[in-house]
Amino acid sequence: MTRRLPKKDVVIIGLGWTGSIMANELTDEGLDVIAIERGPWRDAPTDFPPTYIQDELRYRVRHELFLRPDQLTFTFRNKMDQTALPIRSWGAFMPPNGVGGGGVHWNGETWRFLPSDFVLKTHLTERYGAAFLPEDMTIQDWGITYDELEPFYDRFEYLCGTSGTAGNVRGQIMEGGNPFEGARSRPYPTPAQPQPFSQTLFGKAARELGYKPFPQPSGNLSQAYTNPLGLKMGPCTYCGFCEWFGCANYSKASPQTTILPYLVRKPNFTARDNSEVIRINLDKSGTRATGVTFVDSSGEVWEQQADLVILSAYTLFNVQLLLHSQIGQPYDPAKGTGTVGRNYTHQTISTVNGFFDPKKFNFNPFIASGSIGMCIDEFNGDNFDHGPHGFVGGGYMGQVQTGGRPIESTIVPPGTPKWGAAWKSAVKENYLSTVKPGTGVHGSFYSYRDIYLDLDPTYTDRFKRPLMRMTIDLKENELKQNKFLTDKFAEIIKAMGAQKLHVQYRTGPYDITTYQTTHLNGGAIMGTDRNTSVLNRYLQSWDVPNLFVLGASAFPQNAGYNPTGTVGALAFWAATAIRSKYLKNPGRLVDA
Amino acid sequence: MSNDKGDLAICRRQLLAGAAFLALGMSRSGATVIFDHLPWTPNAGNPPPRPVPGPWHFFRGDEGRTAEALADRIIPPDPQTPGGTDAGCADFIDRQLAGPYGRQEGLYTRPPFQNGAKNQGHQSEQGPAQQYRKGLAALNAACKVKLGGRAFYELSDADKDNVLHGIDTGDFKLDGIDGKAFFEQVVKDVQMGFFADPIYGGNRDMVAWKMIGFPGARYNYLDWVSRHNERYPLPPVSMTGRIEWTRG
Amino acid sequence: MRKRVPLVLAWFGLLVAIVSRPAIADPQDFPQIERGRYLAVLSDCASCHTVPGSNQQFSGGRSIETPFGNIVAPNITPDAETGIGTWSDDQFEAAVRKGIRRDGSRLYPAMPYNAYTKMSRDDVLAIRAYLNTLTPVRNAVVANTLPFPFNIRAAMRAWDALYFTEGEYRPEPNQSTEWNRGAFLVTGPGHCGACHTPKTFLGGDKTDQFLRGSYLQGWSALDITNDSRLGLGRWSKEDIVAYLRSGHNRITAATAPMSEVIALSTSHMTDPDLNAIATYLKSLPGKNDGTAQLAANAPPMVAGAAIYRDQCSACHGLDGKGVAELFPALAESSLVRSDDPTTAIRIVLRGARSVGTDAQPTAPGMPSYGRQLDDAEIAAVLTYVRNNSANTASAVTADQVAKVRHDTATRPD
Repeated sequence: MTRRLPKKDVVIIGLGWTGSIMANELTDEGLDVIAIERGPWRDAPTDFPPTYIQDELRYRVRHELFLRPDQLTFTFRNKMDQTALPIRSWGAFMPPNGVGGGGVHWNGETWRFLPSDFVLKTHLTERYGAAFLPEDMTIQDWGITYDELEPFYDRFEYLCGTSGTAGNVRGQIMEGGNPFEGARSRPYPTPAQPQPFSQTLFGKAARELGYKPFPQPSGNLSQAYTNPLGLKMGPCTYCGFCEWFGCANYSKASPQTTILPYLVRKPNFTARDNSEVIRINLDKSGTRATGVTFVDSSGEVWEQQADLVILSAYTLFNVQLLLHSQIGQPYDPAKGTGTVGRNYTHQTISTVNGFFDPKKFNFNPFIASGSIGMCIDEFNGDNFDHGPHGFVGGGYMGQVQTGGRPIESTIVPPGTPKWGAAWKSAVKENYLSTVKPGTGVHGSFYSYRDIYLDLDPTYTDRFKRPLMRMTIDLKENELKQNKFLTDKFAEIIKAMGAQKLHVQYRTGPYDITTYQTTHLNGGAIMGTDRNTSVLNRYLQSWDVPNLFVLGASAFPQNAGYNPTGTVGALAFWAATAIRSKYLKNPGRLVDA
Repeated sequence: MSNDKGDLAICRRQLLAGAAFLALGMSRSGATVIFDHLPWTPNAGNPPPRPVPGPWHFFRGDEGRTAEALADRIIPPDPQTPGGTDAGCADFIDRQLAGPYGRQEGLYTRPPFQNGAKNQGHQSEQGPAQQYRKGLAALNAACKVKLGGRAFYELSDADKDNVLHGIDTGDFKLDGIDGKAFFEQVVKDVQMGFFADPIYGGNRDMVAWKMIGFPGARYNYLDWVSRHNERYPLPPVSMTGRIEWTRG
Repeated sequence: MRKRVPLVLAWFGLLVAIVSRPAIADPQDFPQIERGRYLAVLSDCASCHTVPGSNQQFSGGRSIETPFGNIVAPNITPDAETGIGTWSDDQFEAAVRKGIRRDGSRLYPAMPYNAYTKMSRDDVLAIRAYLNTLTPVRNAVVANTLPFPFNIRAAMRAWDALYFTEGEYRPEPNQSTEWNRGAFLVTGPGHCGACHTPKTFLGGDKTDQFLRGSYLQGWSALDITNDSRLGLGRWSKEDIVAYLRSGHNRITAATAPMSEVIALSTSHMTDPDLNAIATYLKSLPGKNDGTAQLAANAPPMVAGAAIYRDQCSACHGLDGKGVAELFPALAESSLVRSDDPTTAIRIVLRGARSVGTDAQPTAPGMPSYGRQLDDAEIAAVLTYVRNNSANTASAVTADQVAKVRHDTATRPD
């Protein structure tokens, strides 16, 4: 039996980055807001203290902070003619769970997309001609420009205290920053993090090769900071237990450090944890959301009614809830109809490991933050002429080595036996003198007709709902892009002085067992045409105007950067639209 | 002002009427509804339990001996650093298999189980616990058949290595299981136990961390970020500390 | 002559009018109620007379732990049957300023009438006027819960004779207005001595050690005189004001019972009042007893330094200076140097949450070390921070840690 809770003005599904940003904005508007989170409440002193968070086995290998597949998972296949099988244990990505979501255990890499990324279809067609693009590529313009989003990137960066060196301030190119970035209105709120040895050496080698390296923009702060809400953060201490782990000393930007303590004090905000929303309810017309149904940890079913529904549950869960709630038309790639589930993307990642002379190089790889690294952007987006190369897209590359945790970082040169005395001595010899970037090459992943999400016909979850099915593969365009970038990256590692390289290209088919970032995007994309998108440019559902869907599910394709900066900016952008337009006149913000 | 029995101070702070509860071991406040302030309880947190030394929790019969023999070939002892057995790698695997990892806890184990492509991942109903039982038994059985009635752990080191190389290349087949996949898993687990925090049973006395120069569960390196190409001088520390914490 | 007579009469009339005007202003007068509200904030009535988490302020029922047993604070909403709705003004004043209940029996000094006596009758009746505006709450509280022989209220007569001097605050003529205001606030409604002045075995104040710190309910309340080692000697006036207003300053953060004082009382005081309190406290001379710093190579110092380096430095910094308003600067903290290390031990064992206020909402928390570190290790690391940098204090022993561990094992906070 479903029990009904007192009605609220706003119900927010998922209390991660976007849910927290939206909750804070809407409570400032005086609205009565409830946030419902599937996972547990989390906080540094109780859940990631420095007494035991430095546990690689528990938090990286067994990924204890993440969702458990038996609570919810997906099925996977490469091609439409295959049978999708369940992802029984995580590999290629790790879905978040709990208050703070991915914001708890992300690296902190805080990038902006390029201006051309937002008008990708138009831009590439103009420069290279439509025939240059693969026939099955379904990239689209976003319906919003970089210039429109710039003030909101700024807001997110100042919320987080992002540490970086600006490359382009109001059109002026600044030394030491990324010369390719879109113009920003002002510098970063805190200076870039100082770089340890191997990262500095990469920068030097890159500069000598004619590139313009710059420090990766970091959500791990270089100094103490007070954000606009009055919340205080400390300086990152380079512990080397960043991504996969919560931050013990308030120095990684997260909802916990940048929003929640301020938000929780407001009398018009409530959060419920350990409560899983299983459906967004609609009225009889199907064009108005009346609230949500959720299940608590005892299995009790509740209904929370609200006038405004914010779906901010992470890309995959956003799309899944839309499908289960029958909001919008599910995408059918064969017929070419529908929108929910289309333009699903990941990230094209590869790396090059470098083995250096241990008598000359001591990198102390354990001294690192999650967002450390000198990077170059010459090969991202359309920053270079793709004409001769036969592919589109690109990515940044850099010595992004974020720790020296031994289970994962005790690599040996290619050809070394994988076990035995030779292995043991090779590990001993190489540990301190190895360059092992995690995502050395961080490339774009564009969208395709037959890469999409829908509901599986066979497998179900614990509520007997169908699992969502991912059909995804690596296309020739991305593989070419990756080969080109990885070769460039290898040159720089070699120029650093490596004696041996282990070049690891990204190869097909897309493999669900090897980790490739959790930058999953699309499936509920924004756009200007309701026939090819789920949301309008304000992230408002075309079908249900009192529903907004936040997160990277809105990306029509993925650029060559980590998504969180853009995810945060879009959340502020949508919140502003709700506050300044929607609340005054609830209804469609854009004519369909 | 000391707190001996003689000091009877009137105080105005409260003991919450009827609300005393033991909060040891709780990882968070248990709040289902968060309102007005951040949740808090004393002694909050969920540290990993300390290792319980003693007999095997998972291995039966000669499984433990076999695991130790494997550990010592995967990580052989040398004068500077103990091998896999002395480092506790077999103990690590034993405790892991006896726990949630062995039971596939948290994984999606609903049917139907169908074979798929390798890149669709593990699709078996059987988890690590069953795989080890089968694998260790199959290893010993194959050795007994092919090497004069001797179990794996009864072979000379050289013979053991030959068997393992043979499993790698496919020349030495194990009955009823994918020997190569099983051995790959064992290598992974032994090496994992070698490098994990000692609280899990392996990496005894942080021998692996000392071998490679990893300083362990530290948190503040701010004074070393700019010291490029210098050897970090502090000894490793685990989640349960280091000897210097008690010397004194 | 004829003109002057009316003038004189007029003056005389005015004089009579002034003298014969009733001493109590109209209780429904807004200024009176607002004055009472603020005095109730200064006196922190809400804290004891409200069960935490309840939204029915002043309705009583909160159990207050004393060494003699638990006392339950009564309902002081204007409910006719279960509150103070039918009390007369004289009865209310007698309770707050003299420790006498309506039936003539004595209050226990858990109600700090020995401090509230410093308020005037006007003050107290203003508080009454404010309380009268609250919604009456029906909540019958059984106040007499102390075990025999402490439940014999008549014994309080003897206690009062020893420890209670009735009387309003008398300003000291050669001190500034600000100092006198501070003295009134601290010794009167603020009743700081209730926690911060050590007690005799009968629970009365040791007046010669005013505000030099005391032990209560598993915590050690600190010395808040101007002592440079143990008290506020190295705090500026601004540090004190920041602490009381926001719960945080560049050196330390408020936690535990002091969190509540800040949240309910001091963070709502006016800036001039906070400055007055600071001025007064800074004028109180300290004990000024010196202690030699333990040598850095003493075994507990060496062990403590290792633990500090490996663990505490994550937040409190390699130099012990922390991060302003986020992580306390242990190298500068009087709490760390306190003669009674109970609070420091308790915080390390069980963790702590600092208070969140409008001025400082972060409310950072300290994790609990009670499981990772044993008694000797906690004693070593505390001995180290107490004697590192410019700090000097006695060593902490493993026995002291064990005692706190045992004492607090079943406490919920």
